[in-house]
Amino acid sequence: MNIATVFEIALAAVVLGLAIWTIAVPDTYSATVGFIAYGLLVALIWVRLDAVDVALTEAAIGGGLGGVLLLGAAARLRDTEAMTTEGPSLIVRLSAAILSASIAAALAVTILLLPDPAPTLAPAVVANAGATGMTNPVTNVLMAFRGMDTMLEKVVLLLAIVGVWSLASDQAWGGRPGPRHQADPNGVLAFLARLLPPAGIVVGIYILWTGADHPGGAFQGGAVLASMWLLVIMAGLVDTPPVRSRWLRLILVAGPGLFLAVGLGGLCFGSAFLAYPVAFAKPLILSIEVAMLLTIATTLGLLLAGAPERSAER
Amino acid sequence: MNVARDIITVAGVSAGVFFFFAGTVGLLRFPDTLTRLHALSKADNLGLGFVVLGLLPQTGGLRDGLKLISIWMFVLLAGATVSQLIARTARQSGSGK
Amino acid sequence: MTEFLTAAVGLILAMLGLGLVSILRGPTDADRMMAAQLIGTAGIAVLLLLGTVTGVPAAVDVALILALLATFASIAFVKKGLSRLETDGADPGEDR
Repeated sequence: MNIATVFEIALAAVVLGLAIWTIAVPDTYSATVGFIAYGLLVALIWVRLDAVDVALTEAAIGGGLGGVLLLGAAARLRDTEAMTTEGPSLIVRLSAAILSASIAAALAVTILLLPDPAPTLAPAVVANAGATGMTNPVTNVLMAFRGMDTMLEKVVLLLAIVGVWSLASDQAWGGRPGPRHQADPNGVLAFLARLLPPAGIVVGIYILWTGADHPGGAFQGGAVLASMWLLVIMAGLVDTPPVRSRWLRLILVAGPGLFLAVGLGGLCFGSAFLAYPVAFAKPLILSIEVAMLLTIATTLGLLLAGAPERSAER
Repeated sequence: MNVARDIITVAGVSAGVFFFFAGTVGLLRFPDTLTRLHALSKADNLGLGFVVLGLLPQTGGLRDGLKLISIWMFVLLAGATVSQLIARTARQSGSGK
Repeated sequence: MTEFLTAAVGLILAMLGLGLVSILRGPTDADRMMAAQLIGTAGIAVLLLLGTVTGVPAAVDVALILALLATFASIAFVKKGLSRLETDGADPGEDR
């Protein structure tokens, strides 16, 4: 047993212990804090497994934005939790435990029963890496080889926004999502919200740009931009935009719209839907990614901001 | 040349590990929220700084080095601000007294 | 050199684990708010060392995202933790 194995065992032990603690702790806020810490630490495991693209996404979504969404839910649940005197009954808890345990067992069995070596398309991806002018295999798969899936994913994001917005009451429809955050304009939070976002925006764009040849891409970059936007909102420096605003909706459909337009262009002038002309593959993919960066950043930000609560006039 | 680089790395990373150790001892031993916050934010940020310093000679070029330093700058800026906010929350909720 | 750095990663990770135990045990929510900060420092140190040990230069980019997003999570901890005090009737002062 060499020293690297010891490290791997230690990492697995820390993450597993944190996961068990998150399940066991009764308080919702504590469990959410544990879950966010868990998400940030799982990114370390992905790096150890050489899956840096996944690590980037896990750090951005699992640790950052997804956790903040759960924190918002925990803050809202707090009022109802304080009123209910009794927790869920033993039967409910037991059946939830059995359901979760059987899903975990099914996943474990599936992984263990995989043939060795597992069936893979990786050699085909590597062999065709030059076709798009980009060398990051993950970006190649996402944007070219399985471009259809990626486009539909963005449509799903759009549908999610429609679902969140549809929770608004009639009076608030078209208004601004979430509460208006108040903070001292000369306080530390406002100071950080002025200093960090310019650097954060550069990082977001860098993550998008480096995605062509190294791990990175529009989704991770968009998540960074969204977090910077939300930071400024939480510091009370800007308000959330009213959801009826025209430019906001244009940005929301820009990514999937451009993707669809390029796909239809491939159908008209090329061989198939989403077939990129070889000479223009890289510029086309890059422009789709830039549009998607804006769309993803706005969508994630609005998903976290929640349903419209206030009319736009105030 | 290589030996000099390795010496810097060993020295920097060792100092970093020491400060992380000090920070954790503080977390475990200090009695209340504010003192533990003090242990965490000061010692750990210094530890990260030493690790970054130690890794600088091992980086491929100027760009990677600048990235490492900017990471430390982000963490310092955020650590200072967030510690303020946490300390304020602790004092208002009365646990920091 | 690799052995030395791997040992350093293991030690810092052990510190991270111990620190997490201490922080998450509480007793107050303000203690738990430090969790993201602890990972934002020790986790990033582990990540940077790991990237050097395993020869994955892109680990630095993960550290970059982790630095920004851990900050974001910390601020959300404080903001949402404050709203608990509000419901308890105490005046949180809203980060003044």
